[in-house]
Amino acid sequence: MPSGWSLIRLGTILVYLFMFAPVAVVVLLSFNSSQFGSFPMEGVSFRWFVELWNNDAIVRAFQTSLVLGALTSVISTTLGVLGSLAMVRYSFPGKNLIATALIAPILVPEVVLAVALLLFLGALGQPKSFVLLLAGHVIFTLPFVVLVVQARLVGVRREYEEAAMSLGAGPVQTFFQVTLPLILPAVLAGGLFAFTISFDDITGTLFWKPGGVETVPTQIFAMLRNSISPEINALGTVMIVMTVALPLLGAAAARRLSRGRGGG
Amino acid sequence: MTEATTHAVTLQKVVKRYGDFTAVHQTDLGIEDGSFLTLLGPSGCGKTTTLRMIAGLTSITEGDILIKGTRVNDLPIHKRNLGIVFQNYALFPHKTVQENVAFGLKYRKVSADEARRRVGEALELVQLPQTADRFPSQLSGGQQQRIALARAIVIQPDVLLLDEPLSALDANLREDMRVELKRIQHSLGITTVFVTHDQSEALAMSDRIVVMSAGHVEQVGSPEEVYNRPSSEFVARFLGASNILEARIVSADRTGAKVETQGLGTFQAAIDQDETRRFAEGQKVKLSIRAEKLALTATGKGAAEVASGDAPDIARFDGRVTTVDYQGQVARYFLEAGGHQLQAINTIDEHPLSEGEAVSVGVRARDVVVLPQ
Repeated sequence: MPSGWSLIRLGTILVYLFMFAPVAVVVLLSFNSSQFGSFPMEGVSFRWFVELWNNDAIVRAFQTSLVLGALTSVISTTLGVLGSLAMVRYSFPGKNLIATALIAPILVPEVVLAVALLLFLGALGQPKSFVLLLAGHVIFTLPFVVLVVQARLVGVRREYEEAAMSLGAGPVQTFFQVTLPLILPAVLAGGLFAFTISFDDITGTLFWKPGGVETVPTQIFAMLRNSISPEINALGTVMIVMTVALPLLGAAAARRLSRGRGGG
Repeated sequence: MTEATTHAVTLQKVVKRYGDFTAVHQTDLGIEDGSFLTLLGPSGCGKTTTLRMIAGLTSITEGDILIKGTRVNDLPIHKRNLGIVFQNYALFPHKTVQENVAFGLKYRKVSADEARRRVGEALELVQLPQTADRFPSQLSGGQQQRIALARAIVIQPDVLLLDEPLSALDANLREDMRVELKRIQHSLGITTVFVTHDQSEALAMSDRIVVMSAGHVEQVGSPEEVYNRPSSEFVARFLGASNILEARIVSADRTGAKVETQGLGTFQAAIDQDETRRFAEGQKVKLSIRAEKLALTATGKGAAEVASGDAPDIARFDGRVTTVDYQGQVARYFLEAGGHQLQAINTIDEHPLSEGEAVSVGVRARDVVVLPQ
């Protein structure tokens, strides 16, 4: 007779299996030497990773995704930090409205957001471009940065800034000398969020990307339409490694940073 | 203006309003160069707002603030050359002690050698020269407080502003820091404005005390003046333990006033000569008598004997001890006398009085303060 606890344990294991088994399958199959991406595996090989490397379209998509992700991250983080400062440190008319508008992109379904931006661009008579794609990603990732940075900024007491100013530092010097170092972990986290969200976004990207430009997710999507190539498994594995490893690296760096200041 | 030259800080008709709420009502105040001034009052009395207006951290609604004779209303905080110590120290957690203390010197065209020397001197002054390479989180609360002070004085500010700097420390440390702070202030001769809600800090450290309540200045004076000659019921109640009694003026002349209270009879009360004309016969007033100024004697010894030894300015009435709060060196007695609840703090001679004991209460004329209504 199994006890309540072992039932819960069993349930938990099943849920985790349900969530992670498909991912594990993709990773496993990416090392399969067979022509067909299915079980049983015939042998272990890195040939699909090599083919990936030799596939121009994929390498180009990868470059596009990296550049797009990096630019999105930098722009979103900069705007997000400025927006958070305004929201937390200043009061002005219409603040609540702006606060809602900043977070809204998370609440609006992505498809709606994608179509809206496209229509807006059409109204302006502009063609689709990389800049539009970038703008879309910035709009979509900004709320994450704002939420993370705001939460941290609320915890940074105003007195640190007041102390810096009383000692003669102007507002800009105070920001770079005191505020930014104190919110840096959140800024880095926000930047990583923005990068990973941009890196594996597909819905908006499909609407916004100009012809001929592919990101990794849209490239995979396009390849899937023809056949399920084992290359896709390899590409999936690379993406998983990137989106998991990057935040982990970031967390490790943040921990190192705070250890450097001798936490006690 | 001659006044501005002897005053390091001058507040002229300063008002602070937040919408309909007035945080600080029209205030005039001069802070003498090199003196230690305390803004004392309960929370919400406007003392911190006043400090923040001097600092430039809060804008003023009306009036002018002058520092060293110059109007600073529109001068942003980072150009005012002030040293501020905050309640929670606000040391930069990501910088070492050395970097914290040197922070203000970066903006003052001080050479690296000069900066190192001055930081060393400041750390020496607060008796923590060995902590330069540590981070604030590696220091105790008291040490952090000293570093915060060093950081504020190393820039040689025109005025040192202290916002409840001792309230985060535990009781013993607080008393040590009190002495320490006063020593440093004295040796530097720096004009200091100190904000506190703790009357004993205010009495121990200040040259002058400004007692505030609900955005008003209640009284300005030396610690002794404020303690012994409170100008309002609020001040009398806020500093020390006071008995407040309703009374009526029987007569008032140059030598003093005679007042009558229901149940306790008549007293002589000392009033300042220039105050004489403020009191008219039959006027209702309040009296303030410090708890430690009521001298209790057990009546068992013989009331007549007690009274016969009295100086002529001592008034007496009978009472009964209801509660004894024994504190070792002294005892606080709650008594019932003539229908009034009174408290008295007396030093203990061998044994404290006991509950229910009948006592004779003596009070000197000069200890009876007549408060204006």
